[in-house]
Amino acid sequence: MSSRAQVYLFAVIFTLLGLWLTYYKVSFLNLPLLPGSVKTVWSIEAKLLFNTWGEPVVADLALPEPHSNYAILDETFASSGYGFVIETDAAQRRAVWTRREADGLQTLYYKLQITQLDEGAATEPLSFSTAVLKPSWSAAQYAAATGLINEARNRSADSKSMAQQLLKVLADRDTFQDANMLFQSAPGRSPASLAVDLLSAADIPVHMVRGVQLENRGRNLPPAELVEVHDGNGWHLFDPITAEPGLPENYFIWQRGGQSLLDVVGGRSSRVRFSMISNDVPVENLKSIDAEGDSRTLAGLNIYSLPLDKQAIFKSLLLIPIGALIVVIFRVLVGLRTSGTFMPVLLALAFIQTTLLTGILILVALVMAGLLIRTYLSRLDMLMVARISAVLIVVVFLMAGFSVMSHRFGLDQALTITFLPMVILAWTIERMSITWEEDGAKEVMIQGAGSLVVATIAFLVMTNPVVEHLTYNFPELLLVVLGIILVLGQYTGFRLSELYRFRYMDQ
Amino acid sequence: MLSRYRNLRRKGMLGVNERNVSYIARYNDRKLYPLVDNKLLTKKAAEQSDIAVPKLLGVISVPSELHTLSDIIESHQSFVIKPARGSGGKGIIVITDRDGKRFVKPSGEQLRFRQLRRDVSNILSGVYSLGGRPDVAFVETLVAFDPNLQRYSHEGLPDIRLIVFRGYPVMAMLRCPTHASDGKANLHQGAVGVGLDIASGRVLRAVQGDLIIERHPDTDVLFSDLQIPEWRELLDLAASCYELAGLGYMGCDIVLDRYRGPLILELNVRPGLAIQLANGVGLRHRLKQIAALEHIDESPVNRVDYILEHFV
Repeated sequence: MSSRAQVYLFAVIFTLLGLWLTYYKVSFLNLPLLPGSVKTVWSIEAKLLFNTWGEPVVADLALPEPHSNYAILDETFASSGYGFVIETDAAQRRAVWTRREADGLQTLYYKLQITQLDEGAATEPLSFSTAVLKPSWSAAQYAAATGLINEARNRSADSKSMAQQLLKVLADRDTFQDANMLFQSAPGRSPASLAVDLLSAADIPVHMVRGVQLENRGRNLPPAELVEVHDGNGWHLFDPITAEPGLPENYFIWQRGGQSLLDVVGGRSSRVRFSMISNDVPVENLKSIDAEGDSRTLAGLNIYSLPLDKQAIFKSLLLIPIGALIVVIFRVLVGLRTSGTFMPVLLALAFIQTTLLTGILILVALVMAGLLIRTYLSRLDMLMVARISAVLIVVVFLMAGFSVMSHRFGLDQALTITFLPMVILAWTIERMSITWEEDGAKEVMIQGAGSLVVATIAFLVMTNPVVEHLTYNFPELLLVVLGIILVLGQYTGFRLSELYRFRYMDQ
Repeated sequence: MLSRYRNLRRKGMLGVNERNVSYIARYNDRKLYPLVDNKLLTKKAAEQSDIAVPKLLGVISVPSELHTLSDIIESHQSFVIKPARGSGGKGIIVITDRDGKRFVKPSGEQLRFRQLRRDVSNILSGVYSLGGRPDVAFVETLVAFDPNLQRYSHEGLPDIRLIVFRGYPVMAMLRCPTHASDGKANLHQGAVGVGLDIASGRVLRAVQGDLIIERHPDTDVLFSDLQIPEWRELLDLAASCYELAGLGYMGCDIVLDRYRGPLILELNVRPGLAIQLANGVGLRHRLKQIAALEHIDESPVNRVDYILEHFV
């Protein structure tokens, strides 16, 4: 069999196999072929930090409540050297870590995956105590609080609006000296806990709500606190700082009421910090996360069996073949010259992080600066590896400089610069500068523009929701991509650019 | 656009994709590339097979041999120093004459021995080789220009590029350096390509870039007056390169020496496609005709006879 026939045979086999697997998953496993119903799954890591000095330690963390606005899909605890138990009482689950002796800074982890419930927060069936516990304040503090309470009472109609006004005057420390005084008399206390005291002093039933303000790729965030007040009919949430009513968007309620999030006996300066990433997962697959040993798993092809953070990596890995296909199409069918064969794919991947326009601007600025410096280095007659390494270091410096400068000017977008593939950039600069010397600035422009065009188109295709959905949920479709690439590798017709190059022969 | 596609196809134009897939990948064995990529190896192999090349005067392979440079060039009034793995004519030092202790370049610039030695040292350190690998420098005799051809060149050396397919020279062009190409013979750098009738060596037409031209842009000489001397010898030489390199599809660069006739300058595994524009003819039909031959004649002379008979 000729090599050509073999290639076509494989291409057909791969394509049919990919299409058949896709058909199977769509019609027998009921996976949606097109995107639509996806849910955001958040992976949260709660880091417990505290200092110890050799005494027995008991760390007691309140766990998210079952009646939160998010459902917990999965949770894990990491606690090397600690005894660990989950205690459940009527209202609250608590994780308790214990150790006979610990010294120095301790770090414990609690990881969980959650997804928002459609019905939202289950506010109603709660039976929190509406008893008001008066704060134990000094006379001066009471006097200040009374001033604020009177001010708020004048501005409000009922206890709900009263609560809101009270939060407003408490937050407006410039206008109200009394508010200022309250904050100064209780240093280190959060606005939420002061608000709870103040609302209690005004005889309004109140408790604190602790939770996490979800933000993709958020790192080391402190807990976000809200207050919940009872107006005689039901409970209402308020943000203690803005006095905005209602549940903020992407707010994960961790604990309603309760004394504290984390209690540490035998430790000091205890705190909880949250890190998180988000993932879009089709609704279908949430079910298979829930149901153990689901029969849907198809012989290792199911990426959902991986941990969520690994899935995120696969998400971008699976897009690379799409980028490669774009490169093949542009080089074989169009005849666009690019600087480095797969550089545009890596650029497109970076653009996903930086957003397109910012990415292009930063890239052009970086390459131009790099070329200038490379021009000087080329006069020093260095060996190639040393020269590229020198360019690489310069690129790192430039990146750091760009980031710091743009941050100072308030352009935080430019901080995403670190997502640009540094080593590839150094190589690109090196290659472009050689091209400049050998073939002139025009050729550099042609190749640079070609790379940017291909990278942009690859970016647009790779970020297309349908493409993202298909590659992620039907990785077997990449076999079809492979088939197409195999066939394109046999294409012996003209490139689009050759129709122009040979135009004078068309007479 | 589709009609142009069909038109070009009918005219037998060869595109990059087809050249790479159907000819270079199919007919060229990769393990033979090193012989062609290294001009010194090509030259030595050619000398062994009695194929005419500019005479090798000496080789400097490592910096410790630099002191032999003065011995190598001592008895020569003119010579050329080349990097073995340079590309696009880079790193080539041409010395046309001597003025006392100094060396004269074609531009009239004069070099001291010290400068010459430094240039050779640069070649050894890989400044001109792909990827910066350490390279070897060799010294060869300067080609004595044919005065007839000299008029068609600015500064550099005009050479004749032939596409040799399975040992059959199928298409030819003369490449004339211009001021725009900085004395280099590469068409994409601005040199003039003069299409030559493969059977007779007569001029078909001349192009610079996209444009058909009649006269050399620098010397103003009419191209139509040009007749390449010793055309038959030149074809025989090109055909014999197949036995030398073993590559099915290659470009063969030949210069004409006033005294020694045609000499092989270098071979090329990926010859460009602009030769079709210079000839005003596509390569495909000729390549197909040769590809269809069931058996390759073992004698270069017979192969050239075939060409003269069939490609008139």
